[in-house]
Amino acid sequence: MTDVSAGELMVAQAAREIRDGETVFVGMRLPLIAFVLAKKTHAPSAIGLFELGIIRDEPAGELLYTMGDNPNVENALWCGPMLAVMGMLQRGEVQAGFIGGAEIDRHGNLNTTAIGADRMHPTVALPGSGGGADIASLAHRLIVIMPHDKRRLREKVDFITSPGYGTGGDWRRRVGLVHGGPSVLITTLGVFRFEDGDAVLASYHPGSSVDDVRANTGWQLRVASDVRETELPSAEVLRIIRGYDPQGFWTRRGE
Amino acid sequence: MSIAIGCALEPAIPFAFAHELIRQRKRDLTLIGPISDILFDQLIGAGCVARVEAAWVGNVSAGLGHCYRRALEQGEPRRIEVRDHSNFSIAQALLAGAIGAQYIATKTLLGSDIARTNPTFKESTSPFDGSKELLVPAITPDLAVLACQVADRDGSAELQGPWGVSYEAALAAKSAIVLAEIVPAEIVVRTPNRAIVPATKVVAVVHEPGACHPSSLSRMYQRDHEFFHEYHRATRTALGFDRWIAEWVTGVPDRAAYLRKLGPRWDALDARVKFAPTTEPN
Repeated sequence: MTDVSAGELMVAQAAREIRDGETVFVGMRLPLIAFVLAKKTHAPSAIGLFELGIIRDEPAGELLYTMGDNPNVENALWCGPMLAVMGMLQRGEVQAGFIGGAEIDRHGNLNTTAIGADRMHPTVALPGSGGGADIASLAHRLIVIMPHDKRRLREKVDFITSPGYGTGGDWRRRVGLVHGGPSVLITTLGVFRFEDGDAVLASYHPGSSVDDVRANTGWQLRVASDVRETELPSAEVLRIIRGYDPQGFWTRRGE
Repeated sequence: MSIAIGCALEPAIPFAFAHELIRQRKRDLTLIGPISDILFDQLIGAGCVARVEAAWVGNVSAGLGHCYRRALEQGEPRRIEVRDHSNFSIAQALLAGAIGAQYIATKTLLGSDIARTNPTFKESTSPFDGSKELLVPAITPDLAVLACQVADRDGSAELQGPWGVSYEAALAAKSAIVLAEIVPAEIVVRTPNRAIVPATKVVAVVHEPGACHPSSLSRMYQRDHEFFHEYHRATRTALGFDRWIAEWVTGVPDRAAYLRKLGPRWDALDARVKFAPTTEPN
């Protein structure tokens, strides 16, 4: 089992965040594979929404590179305008959504817009929100997946594209967000849960440690009293992940 | 001139139209769309763009858009203005435009810096319950450009697959251009509620098979994933981008020549065998 990749570990953790019967804004890459895994294990009746206007009760049969690829359209439950699925989000009918980001802070605010102090003259121009800010604003739970790097897990992000818990406490309610916020941050080194809008390390992946996570995190690390090693995925879970992404295009990137 | 293009998100992106804009050296365009994969990046790199009103600019399966980065980070080939949106906010701006509303009130983006930095948005409180809301003003593009599977000569066009914001963009725009395979009128008219845009909006319908490569067109052809990665690698430098444009855009006279240049690679993407019989373009 020592050959389990960080991507596979993250997919296995992310899949657990989907409960059976839930409607989930899926996204691409690792979240999509997490949805496939959840559907094939503990959440067979979960429904997947794709922001360009697709609703699926069964994941596409082959690996997707974008959510608009033909295999994701064929045999979809429904296919139509974006406003229909975004409308479900705003109506509060979406329990969970996945999102990634270039930067995150300890309150779960994500930046996918620009690195640097001036958004219009950035050091690095990132692509932007896409549907990410909508999912972060409106889904009941936000599941964040991203690579762990001190430059990415920062005390403060340069631009809040997708709101987490703002400055903590009751910030979301004060700015007018009626529910939601990140429930979990899954990185290449560990898993964080949020307490009062603050990220708390719940587990570190095999090969990492609390000290390793601390050394690679840009904020003063809070550690759960019952912190433990992240459970390795079972052989069955690995078989499903590798069956869907046999070349490791998404789950073994950069390895 | 403002153009909504790439409104179905990842599929059905009218690259043939964008390439012709580059060949005709159009300037000072405002691009409107949720995400248009590398189409926006190409038009920005070619110096055609003054402003982008979008939720996302990059390369969906390969990463960042190098031309978009050069424009914002270095002002090359020129400075561009950006009005950030999310997918939902741009959809609502176009819906407002489509129905003649001044704005739409939404709960999305509250607390996001997008709400603060896009100068067109206003935060407000609901007159009904006093809750906070964001007012997203209407966008009414001069032109919406749609790629569809089939259209008749009058411009009735069917778009199969996800619509994204295509319907709202077409109705919000002052006029629309459709790229499709032109088929006899009775084929589209037979299922008029499948027509994404009324022919009365359409000022031109272009018979342009393969208009969307390297993006996909549902039931017609698959996405050419590797082409997006090749573009990403080739355009890391401005010189590399210029070479890419010289090879794939200014170096070919039209889309038919572009498809011939792709050769067997284009044939391999064909997915037409699965085309629905009711809209078979024969």
